[in-house]
Amino acid sequence: MSQELIDERIGKEYSAGFVSDIESDTLPPGLNEDVIRFISAKKDEPEWLLEWRLEAYRGWLEMATPHWAHVDHEPIDYNEISYYSSPKSFEDRPQSLDEVDPQLLEVYEKLGIPLHEQEMLAGVAVDAVFDSVSIGTTFRAKLAEAGVIFCSISEAVHEYPDLVRKYLGSVVPRRDNYYAALNSAVFTDGSFVFIPKGVRCPMELSTYFRINEAKTGQFERTLIIAEEGSHVSYLEGCTAPMRDENQLHAAVVELVALDDAQIKYSTVQNWYPGDANGLGGIYNFVTKRGVAHNRSRISWTQVETGSAVTWKYPSCILRGDDSVGEFYSVALTNNCQQADTGTKMIHLGKRSRSTIISKGISAGRSSNAYRGLVRMSPRAEGARNYTQCDSLLIGDRSAAHTFPYIESRNPSAVVEHEATTSKVSDDQLYLCQQRGLDAEKAVSMIVNGFCKEVFRELPMEFAVEAGKLLEVSLEGSVG
Amino acid sequence: MLVIENLHARIGDEDILKGLSLTVKPGEVHAIMGPNGSGKSTLGHVLSGRPGYEVTAGTITYNGEDVLALETEERARQGIFLAFQYPVEIPGVSNMEFLKASVDILREHRGEEALDAVTFMKRAREACTLANLDHSFLKRGVNEGFSGGEKKRNELLQMMLLEPSLAILDETDSGLDIDALQVVAEGVNNMRNDTRSFVLVTHYQRLLNFIKPDYVHVLADGRIVRSGDASLALHLEEHGYAWLDDEVA
Ligand SMILES: Nc1ncnc2c1ncn2[C@@H]1O[C@H](COP(=O)(O)OP(=O)(O)OP(=O)(O)O)[C@@H](O)[C@H]1O
Ligand SMILES: [Mg+2]
Repeated sequence: MSQELIDERIGKEYSAGFVSDIESDTLPPGLNEDVIRFISAKKDEPEWLLEWRLEAYRGWLEMATPHWAHVDHEPIDYNEISYYSSPKSFEDRPQSLDEVDPQLLEVYEKLGIPLHEQEMLAGVAVDAVFDSVSIGTTFRAKLAEAGVIFCSISEAVHEYPDLVRKYLGSVVPRRDNYYAALNSAVFTDGSFVFIPKGVRCPMELSTYFRINEAKTGQFERTLIIAEEGSHVSYLEGCTAPMRDENQLHAAVVELVALDDAQIKYSTVQNWYPGDANGLGGIYNFVTKRGVAHNRSRISWTQVETGSAVTWKYPSCILRGDDSVGEFYSVALTNNCQQADTGTKMIHLGKRSRSTIISKGISAGRSSNAYRGLVRMSPRAEGARNYTQCDSLLIGDRSAAHTFPYIESRNPSAVVEHEATTSKVSDDQLYLCQQRGLDAEKAVSMIVNGFCKEVFRELPMEFAVEAGKLLEVSLEGSVG
Repeated sequence: MLVIENLHARIGDEDILKGLSLTVKPGEVHAIMGPNGSGKSTLGHVLSGRPGYEVTAGTITYNGEDVLALETEERARQGIFLAFQYPVEIPGVSNMEFLKASVDILREHRGEEALDAVTFMKRAREACTLANLDHSFLKRGVNEGFSGGEKKRNELLQMMLLEPSLAILDETDSGLDIDALQVVAEGVNNMRNDTRSFVLVTHYQRLLNFIKPDYVHVLADGRIVRSGDASLALHLEEHGYAWLDDEVA
C-alpha cells in the first residue's frame, strides 16, 4: 500500500476529529466548592440550585470510584480537568441563532449538522452544545405553537424554574453513583424538553454535543418530561476532536414518562475513541434513566461506536402498571476501546413488560461487555422480560463478555434470556471476496446484518448514518 | 482463456496439487472427475484465491494475466466465479443485499452502468424462477437455514446474476434431486456461449447427460491423469477409477 493511501486511510478513521480554533473562556483546571460557585454564578443560577450542586459535591467527596465494570484505565485526576469552557463570543449571549458566531456554526456544518433553520433536516429540531454551553436551539417557535418546550437546561432554570426544581434529580438522585454525583455538582449545559399533556411532538428533537477545548470535561444534563398521553422522539449525537490525552464525559439523562406517555430516546455516540494504540479518547461515564408511569413506554436505542472507555446503562424504572421499557443497543469496539454497557429494567408495576436487544461487536484488541439487570419486584404481578444478547467477534484478539443479572421476586413474572456469540469467519469473508467484495466491505455488511434488529428502531435518517458510522469505525479491523 | 501449468499447491505441510496442467479456452466446458480427496476442490480454491493455500510451483494465467498475483476479490472482478461445494451461511445479511453489492461491484469493474433497484429486483426474481427458488429466498439471510439442495441452487442463482466469464462449479450437482439436477443443467446450458467457459467438478456421469462437456479429465493424487471426451465419463461410470492406477503405475 502506498504511503498516500495509508495516510488517507488513517485520516479517514475519525472524521469528526478536527479541532476548531475558537477563542474560549475556560476555567483553570481544578475542582472545589469555589469552582462550583463560579459555574453557578456564571449561569446566574438561583440559590437553591447552588445549594443542590454543593450538596452533590459533598456527597461525591465521600464516594469511591466504582471498580466493578469490566474496564481498565488510568485513574482520573479530577483536579486536572477544567469544569467550564465557553466560546468567548458567549460573554454577551446571543439572543438568537442569527447572532451566533459564524465560526461556531461552521463547526456544526462541518459535522453535517447545519443549524440554520432553512438548511436543517426537515422535521428535526436541534439543540447544539459546544463544550459547556448550548449555542442555540432551532425551530423553537414552531415547537412553542404545539406547547412543546425544547431549550437548553440553563435557560430552563430561568424560564421554567418550577418544572426544573420538581424533576431535576427525581430520577437520578444526586448521590446515585460516583459519576452522577460529580455531574450534579458541575453540570454545565444540556437539553430540556417538556411535552404537555396529550401532545405528540410535531418533530424529532435532537441534541448534538461537541467537546472542543483541550483538558475540559463535558458534564451535560438532560431532562425530558412527557406529560400524560404525550409522545416524543429525541436523538443525541456526540463528537470530539482527536487529542492525545483522555477527556472525561460524565452525563446524566433523566426521563419522566407520565401515564400513557411515550418517550423514544436514541443515541449515536461517536466520541473520539483514541488512536489505534489506545492513546487518547473520551472516557464516557454516563447515567441514563427513565421512570415509566402507568401504561407509558420508554425506549432507549443506542449506537455506541466511539469513546476509549464506555460505562453506560440506560435504564427503566417501570413504576406504573402495564408500563413498557425497551433497550436496543449496538456497541462496537475496535483497536483498544473498552465498553461495559447494558441496561437495568426494574419492574415494579403489574404486567410491566421489557425487551432488551443487545448487539456487541468487538474487533482489534478491544473488549466489549454487556451488563444487564432485570429485577422483578414482589408486586410486579405478571411482568415479563425478554432479553437477547448477541456478541460478534472480529479477528482473534478481541473479547466479548456477558453479565446478565436476574432477580425475580415474583413467581408470576417471566424472564427469558437468550445469548449467542459468533465470529465473522474466514469462510464468510472468503465467500464475500469470491463474489468481488473487499474484506472491509464484507465485514461491514456482515456487521450491519448482525445489527439489523436495532437499526430498525432508529429514526430513518439516522439508521443510514449509523450504518456508515459502523463502516468507518471498523476500518482496519481486517487484513 | 485459462492456462494452468505444472501447478503445485499445499495446505500447511500437505502437498495436495502435484503438477497439474489444464487449459480452458473461451466457450469450452470441461468436466473434472476423480476420487474423493484427489484435489478437485483444492484446484477451485487455488484458482479463486482462498487464504491458506500456498502455491509452491507453477503458473496460472487468465486472459494473459497472472492470477496468482491478484487478491481474491480481484480475481472475482476478472470474471472468475466459484460455486462452492459447501456454501457458508451469512446470517442477517439478506441474499438480495449480498447479490446487489456483488453485482454492483462486478458491473462497475466491467465498466457497465449500475443497475437501478427496480431493474436489479426484476433480474433477481427472474433468476430465482430459473433456479427454481421461491422469491422469498431473496429476503432470507445468505444460505441461512437453506437445505442442502437449496444452497446449491442458490449458488446457481448467484452465477446467473453475476455473469462470470469463467465458472467453476464444485459438485453443484451433488445432493440434488433429479428435477433440481435438470434445473442446474439448464442454468448452465442457458449461459453457455462462445466466450464463457465452465469447469464442472462432478462425481456423476448423469450430469453430463444434460450438459455436454467438450472435455472430461480425471484428477487423481493432485494431477490430471487422463483426459478425453464425454465418453471417458461413461467409461468411468462403468469401471471406476481403479483401472487408472494400473495404467499410471
Ligand atoms: N485445511 C486442510 N488441512 C489439511 N488438509 C486438507 C485441508 N483441506 C483439504 N485437505 C486435504 O486435501 C486433500 C484434497 O482435498 P479436496 O477437498 O481438494 O478433495 P476433493 O477432490 O475435492 O474431494 P471430494 O471429492 O471429497 O470433494 C484431501 O486429502 C483433504 O483432506
Ligand atoms: Mg471437493
